[in-house]
Amino acid sequence: MNTKVKIAGVEFKNPVMTASGTFGSGMEYSDFVDLSKLGAVVTKGVAAKPWAGNDTPRIAETYGGMLNAIGLQNPGIDTFIERDLAFLKDYDTKVIVNVCGKTVEEYLEVVERLGHEKRVDLLEINVSCPNVKEGAIAFGQDPKALSHITKEIKKKAVQPVIMKLSPNVTDIALMAKTAEEAGADAISLINTITGMKIDIYRKKFALANKTGGLSGPAIKPVAVRMVYQAAHAVSIPVIGMGGIGNAEDALEFIMAGATAVAIGAMNFVNPYATVETIEGIEAFMKSQGVEDIGQLIGAVN
Amino acid sequence: MTGKAGENSIMEKKKVTAIIRRQEQIAEDIYDLWLETDLCMEAKAGQFVSVYPPDGALLLPRPISICKIDKNAGLIRLVYRAVGNGTRIFSGMHSGHKLEILGVLGNGFPIEKADEKSVFVMGGGIGIPPMLQTVISLQERSKAKNINAVLGYRNERFLMDEFSMHCLAYAATEDGSYGTKGNVMDVLREHSLRADVIFACGPMPMLRAIKEFSAQNGIEAYISLEERMACGVGACLGCVCKTKEIDAHSKVNNSRICTDGPVYYAPDVEI
Ligand SMILES: Cc1cc2nc3c(=O)[nH]c(=O)nc-3n(C[C@H](O)[C@H](O)[C@H](O)COP(=O)(O)OP(=O)(O)OC[C@H]3O[C@@H](n4cnc5c(N)ncnc54)[C@H](O)[C@@H]3O)c2cc1C
Ligand SMILES: Cc1cc2nc3c(=O)[nH]c(=O)nc-3n(C[C@H](O)[C@H](O)[C@H](O)COP(=O)(O)O)c2cc1C
Ligand code: FES
Repeated sequence: MNTKVKIAGVEFKNPVMTASGTFGSGMEYSDFVDLSKLGAVVTKGVAAKPWAGNDTPRIAETYGGMLNAIGLQNPGIDTFIERDLAFLKDYDTKVIVNVCGKTVEEYLEVVERLGHEKRVDLLEINVSCPNVKEGAIAFGQDPKALSHITKEIKKKAVQPVIMKLSPNVTDIALMAKTAEEAGADAISLINTITGMKIDIYRKKFALANKTGGLSGPAIKPVAVRMVYQAAHAVSIPVIGMGGIGNAEDALEFIMAGATAVAIGAMNFVNPYATVETIEGIEAFMKSQGVEDIGQLIGAVN
Repeated sequence: MTGKAGENSIMEKKKVTAIIRRQEQIAEDIYDLWLETDLCMEAKAGQFVSVYPPDGALLLPRPISICKIDKNAGLIRLVYRAVGNGTRIFSGMHSGHKLEILGVLGNGFPIEKADEKSVFVMGGGIGIPPMLQTVISLQERSKAKNINAVLGYRNERFLMDEFSMHCLAYAATEDGSYGTKGNVMDVLREHSLRADVIFACGPMPMLRAIKEFSAQNGIEAYISLEERMACGVGACLGCVCKTKEIDAHSKVNNSRICTDGPVYYAPDVEI
């Protein structure tokens, strides 16, 4: 039985990854999960300099989901390389580094620094975070801006580039095609859906940032639909995410056309969700007599 | 590290199934829950567990402080206020029911800081429960010169008798129905109480008052903070508080309450 998948020439032992921002750099979840079992660890968005992020409250629970407005707090690329990447050296898993910035130059600075790091297998470019005022999401919502930043990053990147798309657009297929035409090696989706919660007793927004990104099971049907549309619009590999918590969820995305999947908010619900999903996919393949995971990718048309 | 509060727990964190051994209501909306779990072996005063509502639509675990640890019986005790959907479900559960919990989380109170000193253990409202194990641990260590508990209630008292079994306990009630009328700070003034060290948990205005009072009077204060949490293990950066110095982990003035707290040396945090 084969669970290996390939994205931009990089081979993953299985299609299950962590979703950026929900798993740190793996350190905090290594009490629960043997990171070497994962297809890849996708790290929290990192910028050229440390970012303080938003005020609290940054988290609000919603029915079947959660809103977050962390605001891409991160320790900056220096600390990330010295501490987080160094930590991951001991594990036999692929490393995808999620990159954020406020200007094209800031993204490029991080991309160039990471070019020297052998431990980094791929880059995931976050042009879709709804929680920062400047930059970021504008790149992900305007096809021209997306095309521009993708091209600039491809010129400088040593590792293959995954563009992470925003669901906060009218035509996801157009954004997927734009990324592909600009040279992206793969795309990932969906990032969180912009939402809002109001505390009616305090007459206040639940989040200090007013709006936040919705994730978790509540967004799964939207995510499956968008992954399906994106996968049919492009020929580069698609990494699917949005509410995945177990093998059944993951297989929906795979059958919709995702080559790999990532688990985000559900790590908070079940810290063992990643490994259990891998085991569940293997059990499914065994019971259904599927020899190669490749047979399931895009199986539903 | 910014914090001079307790060291991080080096114990492995786990998600486990705990069995409810007893639950009763002890005041209006306040529930006293005893859980059988081997996490009790690793727990200490001021740490917390996060309890998953047994309803898939309520995703996030609810952080609740450990009120008492009984290693012999294999139990931890949680005392909580039923305020929303999650805690209301917990309050309807009975002996024999199971709950998924994540723990043990957070650093806990550095009780050794009270060695050879006189100490106030201060709790306000639903911040009172974790102070019970703090008093018990201080008494077991028996190195503090003098232990006083100062408890602030809205009106109805809970757990007060148990504090009195371990130390001298003072109370304040907002309506004056018992003890000092007012809050915990009014108790200190009324009885002219003095201490070298304060351990405290309670609402933000109380913690701010303690931070200011301890700074003015040269008292070493350790306060337990609260924030909305998602992961509970330091990964999501949801639960931060502002720190005076740049935090060693975040490289900005933010510390993760779930992992580097909830207990902080008061001068280290901006509240
Ligand atoms: C470290 C720590 C220790 C705590 N210890 C205790 C305790 O010993 N006893 C007790 O009664 N309460 C304690 N709390 C508060 C307790 O976590 C909340 O009252 C509880 O989460 C409310 O859940 P709910 O489903 O009833 O409310 P809902 O309003 O339905 O909850 C919705 C979401 O908001 C979160 N939330 C709501 N209120 C709070 C709050 N005050 N703090 C943090 N998250 C909140 C919930 O966890 C949930 O994710 C503690 C909080 C923290 C951070
Ligand atoms: C707390 C939190 C932090 C996140 N941080 C990032 C981030 O830094 N970069 C990024 O590209 N996506 C980030 N995301 C989005 C997730 O990677 C993922 O795309 C989204 O949450 C949908 O998946 P899920 O429903 O499985 O969580 C974050 C999500 C959450 C919940
Ligand atoms: S709750 Fe996730 S970092 Fe504290």
